Amino acid sequence: MDFLNAIVALANYVLIPGIAYGSQLAIGALGVTLVYGILRFSNFAHGDTMAFGTMIVILMTWWLQSAGVSLGPLPTALVALPVGILGCIGLVLLTDRLVYRFYREQKAKPVILVIVSMGVMFIMNGIVRFIIGPDDQSFADGERFIISARDFKNMTGLEEGLGIRTTQLITVITAIIVVALLFWFLNKTRAGKSMRAYSDNEDLALLSGINPERVVMLTWIIVATLATIAGVLYGLDKSFKPFTYFQLLLPIFASAVVGGIGSPIGAIAGGFVIAFSEVTITYAWKKVLGYLMPESLEPSGLVQLMSTDYKFAVSFVILLIVLLFKPTGLFRGQAT
Amino acid sequence: MTDTVRNTLLFAVVFGLIILSGFFQGWNNAMFILNMGLISAIMALGVNLQWGFAGLFNVGVMGFVALGGLAAVLVGMPATPGAFAAGGPGVILALLLGAATVVAAVFTMRRMAPGRNRGLAITAVLIVGFFAFRGILDPSVELIESVNPAQTGYLGGLNPGTDETYKQNGWIMLIAWPVGGLLAAGAAWLIGKVALGLRSDYLAIATLGIAEIIIAILKNEDWLTRGVKNVVGIPRPVPYEIDLQNSAAFVDRAASMGFDPVEGSTILVKILYAILFTIVLLIILWLSHRALNSPWGRMLRAIRDNEIAAEAMGKDVTKRHLQVFILGSAVCGIAGAMMTTLDSQLTPGTYQPLRFTFLIWVMVIVGGSGSNLGAILGGFLIWFLWVQVEPIGLFAMNILTSGMAEDSALRAHLIESAAQMRLLTMGLIMILVLRFSPRGLIPEK
Repeated sequence: MDFLNAIVALANYVLIPGIAYGSQLAIGALGVTLVYGILRFSNFAHGDTMAFGTMIVILMTWWLQSAGVSLGPLPTALVALPVGILGCIGLVLLTDRLVYRFYREQKAKPVILVIVSMGVMFIMNGIVRFIIGPDDQSFADGERFIISARDFKNMTGLEEGLGIRTTQLITVITAIIVVALLFWFLNKTRAGKSMRAYSDNEDLALLSGINPERVVMLTWIIVATLATIAGVLYGLDKSFKPFTYFQLLLPIFASAVVGGIGSPIGAIAGGFVIAFSEVTITYAWKKVLGYLMPESLEPSGLVQLMSTDYKFAVSFVILLIVLLFKPTGLFRGQAT
Repeated sequence: MTDTVRNTLLFAVVFGLIILSGFFQGWNNAMFILNMGLISAIMALGVNLQWGFAGLFNVGVMGFVALGGLAAVLVGMPATPGAFAAGGPGVILALLLGAATVVAAVFTMRRMAPGRNRGLAITAVLIVGFFAFRGILDPSVELIESVNPAQTGYLGGLNPGTDETYKQNGWIMLIAWPVGGLLAAGAAWLIGKVALGLRSDYLAIATLGIAEIIIAILKNEDWLTRGVKNVVGIPRPVPYEIDLQNSAAFVDRAASMGFDPVEGSTILVKILYAILFTIVLLIILWLSHRALNSPWGRMLRAIRDNEIAAEAMGKDVTKRHLQVFILGSAVCGIAGAMMTTLDSQLTPGTYQPLRFTFLIWVMVIVGGSGSNLGAILGGFLIWFLWVQVEPIGLFAMNILTSGMAEDSALRAHLIESAAQMRLLTMGLIMILVLRFSPRGLIPEK
């Protein structure tokens, strides 16, 4: 019984939140990694791109709610999602046309593009704060739980409850669909193959007649879609705040680099590595250990390795370890 | 128009703007802009040293600035009576143990042959070390934090005065500034040792992370900094307004110059700060100017422009990078200590990367990377805009929306959001400069 309780507690506090957070990071990191693979720079504006897409979804959700539209148990934001994606694609393509294209034609060094993306980050951050304000916004509605902790306890008679929130399930399902679609697109379609070719060897791709501007446009469209989805999932699961989205940049970069920047599979693996490390290191293990250990050995403290405020430190340390020992990441990314 | 005339004109315009704001918004405000402008200029010099001279992409400026602020607390505040006796030795022992663990892990890595055994040995060393570190640190920290938690609850600093008299030792802050530089330099050495071999954008991500970690430490380690409870009442190297107002001689002087004592004293204090800051700025400017034009500076630029060629000429690229990374970070640390002195408080919650890292980058880019005068000009100009965009934006919004109905929700929202115009404007300036004048206002020669 104690063993079962330990497993349930572990699943409730570590596994499920870790899987949900990992999926969100993975989708975010896929965006960063695609920009890096095709456009060859680290996009500092990615967190704010996510915030922009999410903002449109939130505004749309509010409008739908006021119009009485509802999906029943599912959050209304899912209806608003396509609009947010379209809006985000529009903004990103406009940015590319007005800002990035100039440097691409000049063949500017990647570090210049990174600095330019810092400027874009300021502008996007400013737009989001200007429109929706710097405060926390909650836009999740519908059924909160699939199984609440209390129901679970009643059902199984265990001491520990296992709560699964609707948003967590939606996150995981969406992530699976998105990743499957993306890989199908990259591996099976002509456009996806041309993107991979361009990423592998630009000159050869140009020689075989691939239109670079088309590849870049496709990349931005996919990146904006991924960014909006990642942002909405994170916002539904936690809450939306422009500054938090800016701060997500660090774990997202860490995921992309740990997995091997430029490699889509790596970005997914990296997302889960970072998410699980953050959750396990900042989780207080007292409960789980309490069930597993004999009473005399029960831990007196919280057995929390680090306080939750140090979660950035976790992603950072993993990032450093990987960079020092395996600079190309877990899955061979581009390391030049 | 020669360069000198052009540069003088540019500086004249910026100072003209500050003086103009003095006429419209009061001299107190203008002096505030000037003082923070001086500090921003020093930070920009530090970043310019790293980016402009050596091409190092450091986006962890905020962390070094915050470390400077920590130095202002550790040097300027009085020791909390009984706190060190309670937990000081334990904390020091724990920190030494932590350092020893890292050294042992590095030693193991260097000595053992690569393979699974090495990995296991390193992991074992780190895990044992971590638990020993926490085992000693936690109880000591608890002891320190339980000493008068409402007022202090931290170790305090090195100020020789007591709780009542420490503010008389304002001179100690002048020591705190270089100490802030040293703290930042120490951190930069550690980071540089690990991260400088990396590609430029990996270094950026690494420094971004380090800055967040430093802020997290300042926020959470209450025994060191009181965390989010903030340290207030840091002494200052200039007289207090209230003492000036109580001195008959000062009141007479102020009256003869047409100021009332309250306004006169606040302005005088700010002028004294401005003089101190200007001295520091001039020293750092002189030093970096000399460095830029020395063989060392030319070597740095050669490395920046072509790393491979410089390496082929026998230059030690990694070592030069480490040097300049430490120096630039130290400059940011000094500026951070000065800023905390000016505020007389350390508030870890207010450090935000957009304000303390990326804004400094805008200053360097707009001023002209690689040019010291440019960095200083950028520091003043961008700081001025950062402060003034808000009132200007509000003014513009009021005019734009004047046609709308008084109770229009859109109008209320627009006016309320005008405060958020800052980031938008900064981004726009940065992108426009990068596009149309990528070498900045005062280009590198």
